[in-house]
Amino acid sequence: MDYIDPHIHMVSRITDDYETLARMGCVAVSEPAFWAGFDRHSVDGFRDYFRQLTEIEPRRAAQYGIQHFCWLCINAKEAENVRLARDVIAMIPEFLDRPNVLGIGEIGLNKNTRNEAIVFLEHLELAVKYDQLILIHTPHLEDKYQGTRMILDMLCGDSRIDRQRVLVDHVEEHTVRHVLEEGFWAGMTLYPTTKCTPQRACDIIEMYGPDRLMVNSAGDWGPSKPTAVPDFIQEMRRRKHPESLIRQVVYENPLAFFRQSANFRFQPRESTPLHQEPLPGAAAAKAHVG
Amino acid sequence: MPLTALEVLNREFLEVRAKILDLAAALDRLDRAEGSVEDDPRMAALRAALAVLTEREPERAERVQMIFSRPYDVAWQKTLDVASR
Repeated sequence: MDYIDPHIHMVSRITDDYETLARMGCVAVSEPAFWAGFDRHSVDGFRDYFRQLTEIEPRRAAQYGIQHFCWLCINAKEAENVRLARDVIAMIPEFLDRPNVLGIGEIGLNKNTRNEAIVFLEHLELAVKYDQLILIHTPHLEDKYQGTRMILDMLCGDSRIDRQRVLVDHVEEHTVRHVLEEGFWAGMTLYPTTKCTPQRACDIIEMYGPDRLMVNSAGDWGPSKPTAVPDFIQEMRRRKHPESLIRQVVYENPLAFFRQSANFRFQPRESTPLHQEPLPGAAAAKAHVG
Repeated sequence: MPLTALEVLNREFLEVRAKILDLAAALDRLDRAEGSVEDDPRMAALRAALAVLTEREPERAERVQMIFSRPYDVAWQKTLDVASR
């Protein structure tokens, strides 16, 4: 089954992983900007990272027929350096017109501090100003519930935010309902020990339905499995869910959300590219064949 | 949900049994180890979570998650002095 991984950090993965993803049916990935495992010290460090996301990774992915999209921001772990964060936010517009940039992300909270909240709000300003989609990271473990509620407070307190254009990621059993009830999209991250497992993600789909829900691997430099989405597909099949339901979650939902970005030009396998007019006479030819 | 309760039990009995054994063995390991962690707040959280598993109410996973979560303060913006937009 063709699928899209809407949240995966391919800069941390080897090229063989692209090949494995392609073999498993992955046709597109979206890669949010995130923490490198160490704090960067300059705007130029981020500028180089954004070049990697917008120039290098699309080429690496394309070798295996995978379309690569990305999101830009300074992540919450580096938001305590508010001066640097503001300089990075001011630099981001240089990259917003690059063809694979979908929006601002993954912004959010980490330890739910005042500085993190301030930098989050300034990212929202940027997204509103440039009419960008928003992808949000919610905190880990014991900080997740508190941080998710704080994020929702900030989003819902800003009437300029279009909730259909915001994806709140890393939801689990205690946060998914709040996110969906407020009208946002929600992502479930499938990790080996933290966040969600493929089995629990299936449970959440069974309890809440497939609308506005996605699954991702968030494959990165830590313990993670880039092929976690196929694990989810397999678990759904073992539970006898219809292929149409699985496809909605792993393919059609990411497409529906990403299509809201003007930069999203996705070409499905062996079909007419989206955002392109069909060839002259194609409709008549199809009618004749049918 | 396409599967019946019996199908779920047939499929997952051994897996659940193994997970319960892992938990039991981990608690035994804590007992055997030198020193005491009885006053560690994480032990209280573990016991509270284990108690949820034996309840016959739905949404156990969500309740376990809340046991391991920091409380949410509805007035956090005032507490942290963060102005809303």
